Amino acid sequence: MSGFIGSLPGAIAQGIIWGIMAIGVYITYKVLDLADLTVDGSLATGGAVFVVLSTSGVNMYLALLVAFVSGCLAGLATGILHTAFGIPAILAGILTQLSLYSINLRIMDKNANIGISFRNYNLMITLSNINKSLLVGSLFALAIILILYWFFGTEAGSAIRATGCNAAMARANGINTDMNKIIGLVISNGIVALSGALLTQWQGFADINMGRGAIVIGLAAVIIGEVIFGKIFRNFALRLLSAVIGGIIYYIVMTFVIQLGLDANDLKLFSAVVVAIFLGVPYWKSKIRLGSRKGKEAGANA
Amino acid sequence: MLEIKGLYKTFNPGTVNEKKALNGVDLVLNDGDFVTVIGGNGAGKSTVLNMITGVYPVDKGKIIVDGIDVTNLSEHKRAKYFGRVFQDPMTGTAANMEIIENLAIAAKRGKHRTLRFGVSKKDKEQYREMLKTLDLGLEDRLSSKVGLLSGGQRQALTLLMATLQKPKLLLLDEHTAALDPKTSAKVLALSDKIISENKLTAMMVTHNMHDAIVHGNRLIMMHEGRIILDISGEEKKNLTVEALLGQFEKISGTQFANDRTLLSN
Repeated sequence: MSGFIGSLPGAIAQGIIWGIMAIGVYITYKVLDLADLTVDGSLATGGAVFVVLSTSGVNMYLALLVAFVSGCLAGLATGILHTAFGIPAILAGILTQLSLYSINLRIMDKNANIGISFRNYNLMITLSNINKSLLVGSLFALAIILILYWFFGTEAGSAIRATGCNAAMARANGINTDMNKIIGLVISNGIVALSGALLTQWQGFADINMGRGAIVIGLAAVIIGEVIFGKIFRNFALRLLSAVIGGIIYYIVMTFVIQLGLDANDLKLFSAVVVAIFLGVPYWKSKIRLGSRKGKEAGANA
Repeated sequence: MLEIKGLYKTFNPGTVNEKKALNGVDLVLNDGDFVTVIGGNGAGKSTVLNMITGVYPVDKGKIIVDGIDVTNLSEHKRAKYFGRVFQDPMTGTAANMEIIENLAIAAKRGKHRTLRFGVSKKDKEQYREMLKTLDLGLEDRLSSKVGLLSGGQRQALTLLMATLQKPKLLLLDEHTAALDPKTSAKVLALSDKIISENKLTAMMVTHNMHDAIVHGNRLIMMHEGRIILDISGEEKKNLTVEALLGQFEKISGTQFANDRTLLSN
C-alpha cells in the first residue's frame, strides 16, 4: 500500500499529460461527434517533432509549438480525407494514422526511439522532478481549457458545436459544416500532439509506438470524467476539466492494478475492457429502464 | 423574387429504386407572396423546397433568387437567402445548445462568424423580448438546453430563428405535421403572424387541404413532380376542400388517393 501511495504523484502527473490528450479527444468525440483515430499517430508525431527539434538545439518552447502545428497538419489531413474524399471519419483517421507511422519514422530519421535526458536538457516536465511536473502539467491543462472555453464561446466556436450537434441545422444557418469539422480535427490533433511532446519529456524519449492505443486511453478519460462529473459539471470548461480528471483517475487505477500484481503487458487489454464497460453501462441502463417500463405497462394492462 | 425554371430531379437514377421526383417545375413567386403547397405523398412538395435550399443538387433547371442564380451554390452559401422550418422539430435546432445560443447562431445566418463572443448582453435583452412574443414562457429559460423543449416549443423557436434575420424567402416544410392539433394550430397562427408582420415571402408545404386554403394568398397543387394547379386572389379566397378535391380529380385523372380523410379534416 505504501508503494501505491508513493507512486501516486507520478501517476497523477502522467494522468494530467494524458488528460491534456483527452481534451483533444473530447473535441472530436463529444463536440464534433466523430471518432477520430488520427490521435494514435499524431501523439507520436508531436513527440517525434519535439525530440528531434530539441536535441538539435531548437528552443524547447518553439519545439513545443512546432509539435502542436505538426498535430494540426495531421488533423487537417484527416479532415480533408473525411470531407473532400467523403471517407467515413473512422476510416479517414485510420488512413492518416497509418501514414503517420511512416512519417514519424522519417521525422526521427528512421530511429524507432530517440531519447532526451533530463540530465542534458532542462525539461519542462520529467519523471525526475515530479513536483515541477505536476505544476507545469496543471498549468498547461488549465491554459488549454481556458483558451478552448473562450474559443468555443465565440461565434466561430459555436459554429463548430452546432456542426457536431445538428449538421442540418448548422447548414440551414449558413454554417460550412465540412470546414468546421476540419477546424475541429485540426485543433484536436494539435492538442494531442502537444500532449505527445509533453509525454516525451516525461518519459525521456519519443517512441514510434508511443501512440498505440492512445485513442482508448483518451476515450477512457473522457468517459470516466463524464460518468463521475457529468451530473454536476454542466459548464464547458468544467467538462474539459472532467476529462483531465478522468485521465488522472485512469492512471491512478492503472498504478493500483499494477501494484496489485497485474502484468504491465496486460495493461492495454485491461484499458480496452474498462472502456468497453464504461461505454456499455449507459446502453444497458437505458435497456433496463425500457424493460421496466414495458413490465409496468404489461402489469397495468393485466 | 423566386424564379424556378424547368426543374428536374430523379433520385437513384438507373437503379430499381429510380424515382422521378420533379418533372419540370416552373414557378415564379412575387414579393410578399405566401404560397401554400399541397399534394399527395411523393408529389414532390418537399423535394421542391429541398432543391431551392440546395440539399440536393439539381439535375436540370435553374433557381433564381432576387435575380441571383443560386442553382450551383452549396447549401450553406445560399442559406443567407432562406429561413427554414422543417417537418421534424429536432431538425431546426441544436438540442445540446442553449436557447440563446441557438438564436445567436441564427442571427449570424449568412454572415461572417468572428472570434467575438457568441452572445452579447445587448443581444440577450433583444432575444428575451422576441421570445416573449411567442408567449411560451421561453423568455425565462434563455440558458435552457433546447433538447428540453417540447416539439411545439422547438418549432416556434425554429420559426423565430428562421426569421431573426429577415429571409428573402421563408420555407415551411410541413412544419406542423409532427405536432398535436392544438399545438399545430398555435404554431400555424404564429407563422401567419410572423409572415404578415414582417411582410415575408413564404412557401408552406402542407398535407392538410384546409390549412392550405385558409393560409396564404396563393395555393399551388403538385402531382407526380409537376405543378398542376396555381390559384390566387379571389379564387383562392373562395376555395373549399370539396372544390379543390374536385379540381384535383379532374386534372390528374385520379382520386386524391387514400389520404382523403387526412386531408379534409
